[in-house]
Amino acid sequence: MNQDEIRAAVLHALSEVAPEADPATLRPDLSLRDQLDIDSMDSLNFVIGIHEQTGVDIPEAEWARLQTLDQVVDYVAAALETA
Amino acid sequence: MAPTTLVKSPRKLAKVPNLLRYEEGIGPEFFSRAREELDGLPGGRGLNIAHEAVDRHAAGPRAGQLALRCLRKNGKVHEFTYAELALETNRFANALSSLGVGKGDLVGILAGRIPELYVAALGTLKNRSVFSPLFSAFGPEPIHTRLTLGKAKALVTTELLYIRKVAPLRDRLPDLEHVILIGEDGAETNTEGTHDYRRLLADADDAYEIGPTDPGDVALVHFTSGTTGRPKGAVHVHEAIVWHHVTGKLALDLHPDDVFWCTADPGWVTGTSYGIISPLSNGATVIADEAEFDARRWYAILAEQGVSVWYTAPTAIRMLMKAGTELARAHEYPALRFLASVGEPLHPAGVLWGVEAFGLPFHDTWWQTETGGIMIANLAAMDIKPGSMGRPMPGIEAAIVHTREDGGVDLVTEPLEEGDLALRPGWPSMFRAYLGEPERYEKAFAGGWYITGDLARRDEDGYFWFVGRADDVIKSSGHLIGPFEVESVLLEHPAVAHAGVIGKPDPVAGEIVKAFVALKPGFEPSHELEKEILAHARVRLGAVVAPKEIEFTDAVPATRSGKIMRRLLKARELGLPEGDVSTLETAE
Repeated sequence: MNQDEIRAAVLHALSEVAPEADPATLRPDLSLRDQLDIDSMDSLNFVIGIHEQTGVDIPEAEWARLQTLDQVVDYVAAALETA
Repeated sequence: MAPTTLVKSPRKLAKVPNLLRYEEGIGPEFFSRAREELDGLPGGRGLNIAHEAVDRHAAGPRAGQLALRCLRKNGKVHEFTYAELALETNRFANALSSLGVGKGDLVGILAGRIPELYVAALGTLKNRSVFSPLFSAFGPEPIHTRLTLGKAKALVTTELLYIRKVAPLRDRLPDLEHVILIGEDGAETNTEGTHDYRRLLADADDAYEIGPTDPGDVALVHFTSGTTGRPKGAVHVHEAIVWHHVTGKLALDLHPDDVFWCTADPGWVTGTSYGIISPLSNGATVIADEAEFDARRWYAILAEQGVSVWYTAPTAIRMLMKAGTELARAHEYPALRFLASVGEPLHPAGVLWGVEAFGLPFHDTWWQTETGGIMIANLAAMDIKPGSMGRPMPGIEAAIVHTREDGGVDLVTEPLEEGDLALRPGWPSMFRAYLGEPERYEKAFAGGWYITGDLARRDEDGYFWFVGRADDVIKSSGHLIGPFEVESVLLEHPAVAHAGVIGKPDPVAGEIVKAFVALKPGFEPSHELEKEILAHARVRLGAVVAPKEIEFTDAVPATRSGKIMRRLLKARELGLPEGDVSTLETAE
């Protein structure tokens, strides 16, 4: 997967959990939690969705450090590279 | 059968428990003894929660002790000693008063766990106005419903929450005269039709004398959910401080030098009773963390802040368990000595995981919005039966009853027989009304008992065991969600003809909100439509109340009178027998 495909996959996973999120207005460099109303269950489901879309499993301890869309995409890209 | 009882040796604990022998506290004189723990307003002017929580310590040897340490998301820390908290809450009380907000006026507070929330809550109580917290994750609809039911005269919130959630509702809130805005990160706000929190407080005097407060004066309104109709505003009075104080001391075993962390949000009753009032009244240092759950962050807080008593919830405990005990082992917790849990029953594995991770078991406690404080608990000096709610607090008479058609009750005396969990009214923090709904309040009592709506059993040793809810209210991550509130918003979507909402069992949250939706003619089920309805519900209700799952169905089962048969939906969801369907109107 290239960077664009990864971004699309992550956004798809996000839209399954929080379909009200508008990718057009979402700032990739700002905290997702600050921009969207997502609770901890949404967060868990988002991680599951990313796994389904990309095969990358993000441990919960790592997940808390990933605040922005860019950080999530970079994490998935790095994980795919070392896979 | 339940795992083995954890036997305690109270005198060997890190600190000798405040209540050494359970039997010591029993008896009706317990309430008057508890009242003697408090000071009362100077000059015999009554009893005010904020005076007991803040001012009496600020005027005494604890003036310079840290009362509140707020950890911000951005890493900053805001601290208040008891003396500083007294001055700051004085300023807030003066500010409210200068706006013409006075005794008995309801002040809604919609904010995350930021310092201003704590100041506003306590300042409101000083001003003898009524503090009503609103969970900041609520969407516009639950906020509007609660502010309207409470006839809120003032609202304290952040600029961001106001713009996102309140401004669009403002013209539908005729009673709301004042909005006080907290700017991001210390910035001043300049939004039309609002006041700036910082300017108001900067202009306010830091001296304030609390006016005469009768113990029966209304202090708090906490909204909770029922199966049908609107949320219920449970009304609590200043006398509740007696119970907040004494349960903090006995059930949470708070000692004055404790560092106490209650992870609940003050938007819910736990976060107010035990996140603000009780630990302050007991002279402890309160830790408040603005950030959302994050296993690493939580362990760091427990260790670095020197938390000694920790009160959290089963959902959080399950998430910590899921994240792995190794994370817990990355730190040491020499100060930590007492762990407690509330919100829903803590499964035995959760109780025991405390021992694995911290060398300490979790003590489950049971209470609800209406009770205002802890009713049943596993106490520090008491053996724990993992999975049990514990035993009634001293002074509390709890029973298992069957309610009769004639409005009376039959007491269950047989151990382990299931029935309604009932409490004998009269404890200080008991709710005194459902706001504006005297009939609904009356219906909560039968045969001289308050019927809690929870089903439970009592064993031969007097320990209570939670069985389930007697109604259709959903308990997700420890929070009650009313199915009617969710269904009403789903029905606003143009494609939705009928909606039935249930709690679906979930290994982490306990239950999640699941909606069954029947579409209007001309609409076909599709994944896109499912997402559209989900988005609609999330925008209106907020993520914590909106469904996590939507399933299309040809018809939503209802009785002939139109009442949705949620039990049938739940039985179907769980693959259980569907029971009596004789009154069923529509079936698939």
